[in-house]
Amino acid sequence: MTTVVNVSGVGKTYASGHCALRSVDLDIQRGEIFALLGPNGAGKTTLISIICGIVNASAGTVSVGDLDIVNDFRKVRGQIGLVPQELSTDGFESVWSTVKFSRGLFGKAPNPAYLEQILRQLSLWDKRHARIMELSGGMKRRVMIAKALSHEPDVLFLDEPTAGVDVELRRDMWEMVRGLRERGVTIILTTHYIEEAEEMADRIGVISKGEIILVEEKHALMDKLGQKQLRLQLQQPLTALPVDLGDLPLTLADEGRELIFHFDTQSEHTGIAEVLRRLDQHGIDYKDLQSRQRSLEEIFVSLASDSRAVKNTAANEGVAV
Amino acid sequence: MNLHAVKAIYLFEMHRWWRTLMQSLASPVISTSLYFVVFGSAIGSRMVEIDGVSYGAFIIPGLLMLALLTESISNAAFGIFFPKYNGTIYELLSAPVSVAEILLGYVGAAASKSIVLGLLILATARLFVDYSIAHPLWMIAFLLLTAITFSLFGFIIGVWADDFQKLQIVPMLIVTPLAFLGGSFYSISMLPPIWQTITLFNPVVYLISGFRWSFYGIADVNVAVSLGMTALFLLVCLLVVNWMLRSGYRIKN
Repeated sequence: MTTVVNVSGVGKTYASGHCALRSVDLDIQRGEIFALLGPNGAGKTTLISIICGIVNASAGTVSVGDLDIVNDFRKVRGQIGLVPQELSTDGFESVWSTVKFSRGLFGKAPNPAYLEQILRQLSLWDKRHARIMELSGGMKRRVMIAKALSHEPDVLFLDEPTAGVDVELRRDMWEMVRGLRERGVTIILTTHYIEEAEEMADRIGVISKGEIILVEEKHALMDKLGQKQLRLQLQQPLTALPVDLGDLPLTLADEGRELIFHFDTQSEHTGIAEVLRRLDQHGIDYKDLQSRQRSLEEIFVSLASDSRAVKNTAANEGVAV
Repeated sequence: MNLHAVKAIYLFEMHRWWRTLMQSLASPVISTSLYFVVFGSAIGSRMVEIDGVSYGAFIIPGLLMLALLTESISNAAFGIFFPKYNGTIYELLSAPVSVAEILLGYVGAAASKSIVLGLLILATARLFVDYSIAHPLWMIAFLLLTAITFSLFGFIIGVWADDFQKLQIVPMLIVTPLAFLGGSFYSISMLPPIWQTITLFNPVVYLISGFRWSFYGIADVNVAVSLGMTALFLLVCLLVVNWMLRSGYRIKN
């Protein structure tokens, strides 16, 4: 795979003094779906805005397809489509005219057949003459996507594309994104819906407080960091764990009706057999058991807190990280 | 040159104007016509001629210039302010368009609207007042130059303004008083000497004087000075807009 977006040492400090990005390095591969995860205020939107030319970087360089975003802005921006987080549309315009405007703005000759195809794919064709202000939030989100796709971009940025949309539309969008990827479009997605990244991404980057703290292939990340849980539904609720079981990583849940055991999928011995044997020795019966992979959300929370812990330790010890 | 983008912006702006035709065209034509009725037909018939021109005809260039200035500024300011306000500016900033292409689209559209408005006001004035145009080509030249220059000025205000009040403050509190005090309704030679000198610091004097010369061949200041001052203001506006768009002043960050 070749690198299509290269971010090198990019920093951003706003006029207010707020430092949104700290020397970010990131490579996006051509044709992949890259999910950028992070809590609110982590710097996701600032990073996307810099790449797309909406915000000026305070430091560093960005190239798209080996072209610098400042010196070769015309060629670079023609390759990029952006669906911003906010539903920013001109409510008085019709769907058709706003999509047509976007295509022209990005330097493409009129192509009504292509625009019709996009609007049909997004179930907007019947609404093409409707004013945008008359549309529902979900439909407006589709219009934003249609505008971003109107000039046939090679790289598409989706900044929290499914924020506030219903489950059905979210599934539709995921399908559409996969379809775009099959056509060779590189997709960079920011989200704080872990489910979304888990469902769609090839690789995942985690950003926290303006720094990329991890970039990893999704399945590798899950394998590397993914812990599993064994959940046992008990026959009789427990008020507390027997003292003899205190050496096992067990926790009680659901008011004592459920026992949860965490184990590492990578280790040679998971410890499941020992847990079950010792529960049997203590006469603790269970009626059901199931194992479950740790979700990306749990991994993300763990990563963010680990990152904070490392920084706090370093700060206390006077070490630069 | 991204001509598709220039066309897209230009047509978008013209469409917005068409959508609000009553407010953007009918309203200034009607209000200016009221001036012609009151000062031209009613009061004007009792006023003495100024430099051999009837009072009703004398005020036409000034009133036309007043409408041209305020509408050029408003059209261009609103054109760029509204995308900032509703957030659609992201699309312009992320598009492959240069400063020149942005200006051709937005300022070109704003100037076009003002020129149409100016010509319409001129035609309407004919219903109430008899006037002549001594130098029609120069009249068109002044009309174009003023519309473009003040559309650029309006664009600067639109980029600078971060709320609706600031958008209105310059046309209402600065441009309109300057136009009224710049010889729209009188020749500055009618003022006491000290006020004549002070008035020369009002840039609108040069616009109105030059424009009036193209109608009747009479001017308060030399026509070349009028042209030079307007061209200088155009250059200053171009430099400021160029700096604003390149630095991202109040639209990026």
